[in-house]
Amino acid sequence: MNPLAIIGRSFLDFLTVVGVLARFSIRSVKHCVIPPFYLRQTAKQFIDIGDYSLPVVGLTALFTGMVLALQSHTGFSRFDAESAIPTVVVLSITRELGPVMAGLMVAGRIGAAIAAELGTMRVTEQIDALTTLSTNPFKYLIAPRLIAGTLMLPILVLVSDVIGVFGGFFVCVYELQFNAANYISQTWEFLESSDVTSGLWKAAAFGFIITLMGCYHGFNSRGGAQGVGKATTNAVVSASILILVVNYLLTGLFFAGK
Amino acid sequence: MTDAPKIELNGLAKSFGDKHVLRGIDLSVGQRESVVIIGGSGTGKSVMLKCILGLLGSDKGSVKIDGKDATNLSGSALDAHQAKFGMLFQGSALFDSLPVWHNVAFKLAQQPGISRKEAKARAIETLASVGLSPDVGDIYPAELSGGMQKRVALARAIAAKPEIIFFDEPTTGLDPIMADVINELIVKCVREVGATAISITHDMASARKIADRIAMLYEGRIIWQGSKENIDRSGNPYVDQFINGRAEGPIKMQVRKL
Repeated sequence: MNPLAIIGRSFLDFLTVVGVLARFSIRSVKHCVIPPFYLRQTAKQFIDIGDYSLPVVGLTALFTGMVLALQSHTGFSRFDAESAIPTVVVLSITRELGPVMAGLMVAGRIGAAIAAELGTMRVTEQIDALTTLSTNPFKYLIAPRLIAGTLMLPILVLVSDVIGVFGGFFVCVYELQFNAANYISQTWEFLESSDVTSGLWKAAAFGFIITLMGCYHGFNSRGGAQGVGKATTNAVVSASILILVVNYLLTGLFFAGK
Repeated sequence: MTDAPKIELNGLAKSFGDKHVLRGIDLSVGQRESVVIIGGSGTGKSVMLKCILGLLGSDKGSVKIDGKDATNLSGSALDAHQAKFGMLFQGSALFDSLPVWHNVAFKLAQQPGISRKEAKARAIETLASVGLSPDVGDIYPAELSGGMQKRVALARAIAAKPEIIFFDEPTTGLDPIMADVINELIVKCVREVGATAISITHDMASARKIADRIAMLYEGRIIWQGSKENIDRSGNPYVDQFINGRAEGPIKMQVRKL
C-alpha cells in the first residue's frame, strides 16, 4: 500500500474520532443541564466516585508528600536550604501532584469501572432497553456520572492536598527532626489561595475527562466480552493521556502571566 | 379506532457501509394483529425492529404508525414515538443493578406523583400475571434462571401497557416446556393489554403459537407472508426449506468449504 495513503487514512481516522467525541461531549453536557434530572442516580454516583475513591487517593497523596519531603531534603541540605522544604512540598502538592496523582488514580479506578459497566449494558442490550422504557440513556446513565465526577474530584483533591502536606510534615518532623510549629508556619507563609484554587479547577477538568472517557468508550463498545475489555483499556489510557496534556495546558493558562 | 394499519413499512432500507441489511421491506400490521417474522440468523430481523423503534435511522423508505409518518424522528417526537412501544429483548436485558420489582416498574417509577410503594405494588401485580410470586420482586435478576428472567422481562415489557410490543427471539435458549410457557404468556398478555405485536423468531413451534400471520425475511426483503394456517402450503421453496429445517435447498448457508 502507498505510504502516503496510510498517513492520509490515519489522519482522517483521527479527525473522525475527534468529531465523534466532540458531538458526544456536547450531547452529554446538554443533558446535564436540561431537566429531567435523575437525582437518585446522581447521588449514587457521588458515593461511588467520592467515597470509594477516598482511601486510594488519600494513600497516594500521603506517600507522594512523604517522598517529596525526603527527596527535597537530600537535595536542599547540600546548600543549607532545608527551610524551603515546607514551601516546596505545599506548592508541588496543591498545584501539580495533588490533582494529577488523584486524577490518574481515579482514572484507573472510576474510568475503568464506568467503561466496564456501560460496556456490559451496551452488549447485553440494557441501553436499548432503557430507550424502550422511555428513558434517555444520556440523562439516566451519562449525566449523573459527569456531574458527580466533575464536582467530586475537586473535593477529593482538597482532601488529598491536606493529606499530602501532612505526609511531608510527618517525614520532616519525625524523620528529619524539624520543628513542628516552624514547619506549619513556613507552609502557610508563601502559600496563596490561587495555588489551591488552580489545583481545584484542574481537578474539575480531570473529573470531567475521566467520566467522559469512561462513558464514551463504554457507551460505544461493540462485540461481547472482548469489546468491553477493549473499552475499559481505552477509557483508562485515553483519560490518563488527556489528563497529562490538559494539565500542561491549564498550567500554562493559570501561571502564564506570573 | 381507525382503519389505518397500526404499523406500515414502505420500502424500508438500511445499510451498514457496503453491507445492505434491509433492501426494501414492505409490511403492514393491522390493529391488534400479531405478526411473526421468521428468517435465518443475520437476515436483518433485529435491524428491522430497531429501525421501527427509532434506535437506528433508516436510509430509505418510510415507517408509519397509525397512518402517521414516523421515519427518522428526533427530539421530543422520537420520545413520544418510543413511548408507544414495549420490547422483550433476546437476552432479557434486565437491569442487573436493580431488584426485579424495580425492573418491572421502571417506566412507572419515572412518572411524577408515583411513590415507590405504589410502583412496587403495581410491579407485583404484573409479576403475578406472568406467574411469578411476590417474593421474586425483591431479588436481583442475576439470581434468576433464564426462564424466570424471560418472564420478568415480559412483565417489564407489558407493565406500562404499550400499544405495540416487539418480541426478539422470545424462546431462544429455553427448554421446550419453558418455551411453551413463554409462548402462552405472550399470547395471553398481548390479548389482555390489547397490543399489536411483532415477534421475530426462528423457532417454528413458537411462531405457530404466537402468530396470526407469518412473514419470512430473506436477504433484506419479505419474500412471503400469509396466515399461519397457510405456511405449510406456501408453495415457496425458501419457506419450505426454512420451516422444515433442511440444509439443502435454495437458501445457501455461507459455509466455507474446507
